[in-house]
Amino acid sequence: MYHTDKIYEAELKELREKLLTAGGIVEQAIVRSVQALAVRDSKLAQEVIDNDRRVNLLEVEIDELCLRMLALRQPAASDLRFITLALKIVTDLERIGDLAVNVAERAIQLNDEPPLRPYVDIPRMATIAEEMLKSALDAFVAGDATTARKVIERDNEVDELYHTVFRELVEIMAAEPDVTARAMAILFIAKHLERIADHATNVAEMVIFFIEGKDVRHPRSR
Amino acid sequence: MSTTQEHPIKLASENLELYYGEKRALHGINMQIPERRVTALIGPSGCGKSTFLRCFNRMNDLIPGVRISGRATLDGEDLYGRGLDVVELRRRVGMVFQKSNPFPKTIWENVAFGPRLLGTRKRADLDEIVQRSLQNAALWDDVKDRLQSSALGLSGGQQQRLCIARALAVEPEVLLMDEPASALDPIATSRIEELIHELKERYTIVIVTHNMQQAARVSDYTAFFYMGELIEFDKTPTIFTNPREGRTEDYITGRFG
Repeated sequence: MYHTDKIYEAELKELREKLLTAGGIVEQAIVRSVQALAVRDSKLAQEVIDNDRRVNLLEVEIDELCLRMLALRQPAASDLRFITLALKIVTDLERIGDLAVNVAERAIQLNDEPPLRPYVDIPRMATIAEEMLKSALDAFVAGDATTARKVIERDNEVDELYHTVFRELVEIMAAEPDVTARAMAILFIAKHLERIADHATNVAEMVIFFIEGKDVRHPRSR
Repeated sequence: MSTTQEHPIKLASENLELYYGEKRALHGINMQIPERRVTALIGPSGCGKSTFLRCFNRMNDLIPGVRISGRATLDGEDLYGRGLDVVELRRRVGMVFQKSNPFPKTIWENVAFGPRLLGTRKRADLDEIVQRSLQNAALWDDVKDRLQSSALGLSGGQQQRLCIARALAVEPEVLLMDEPASALDPIATSRIEELIHELKERYTIVIVTHNMQQAARVSDYTAFFYMGELIEFDKTPTIFTNPREGRTEDYITGRFG
């Protein structure tokens, strides 16, 4: 059902579109930053870095829009939960954007040096992290808490891959001390991807809050 | 559906139905209103919230063609039972209206009116009641030097607080408020809301309001009425963040068509 107030309705729609735009940009940034690494394409990495400016601008616009609506509309119930969601997940999206930039920067550094090993688990981590974010945003659009819950479960897959990568890299560094700088750069990339999955989990948690009005964060702390 | 269960019940209704002639204004309302809490009744015009409020001091008796069935109770006692003393009921259950309605008398006489009617005669006793009531209504400091001036010379907000003082003077247990601040400016409104917050320590308050932010600010529990039915009754934070019913959601978010 639509709002009796058409301007309010339009503002809610604008907020939703801006959030999904920011989400789309960072989804792409995750994929492309790791692609830049896998196919050794530093130009692509630079594009990811340059594109992040759009996410930063959207973050500021989304914050302003939320504050204006809180001040002028006194939102309640699902509208209030939506604006709360927007204010919180915009920070996660912006952080994901920054982490993708960090991955791209490391990719540029690694692309200048001979390859260490073929990348297997890193692209898998990126794929899962990107799918998690995409599913969380799809769940938001569809109002589907079940999909959002599956996203939270997938965080473990990324964590396990990270530990695998970590162990392998530690072994490599122990065996070949002169590749330590490259191995460290790859380890950082894995850590960034693991963090991206954590932010996607936060987004999914907020989507559940938006749909059900229930806070599902930190179940073991309560 | 309509119980609060965490606090003693002061007012309750069981299958309360009210007809204005042929028109059914209340459809079997079941609700339990907790003691010493503020309960807000919200809903669009004509939803039955004021009619429901007025059942608790039998104000609807005065309207021709009204028929009531079911029960409305105060401390478990049926308000429509035989032998109920309506004057005593209205002493226990005071009322404040949208438009302040002071008598065209002095401030002192307005507040002393009820106690005198109920038999208090000594001037010193009346003076004490007037002062205490005005203090409790947060009006004493404004008027203590002009108690013998006409009440009609007070501002709208002061007149409304005088009406609250007049209601408090007979030591009621419940205050029914029908849009008590809707004719006041924001500052006078905020003083009434602050007063409601203080008064709930001693009184059970039921307030009808069209201003949903006001309901959210002043009440502990909120009931949403629609077309003569009680749709949802819950703690106020729940109603305003995560209501159960779609119709409540639509109303409080402004989606009611």
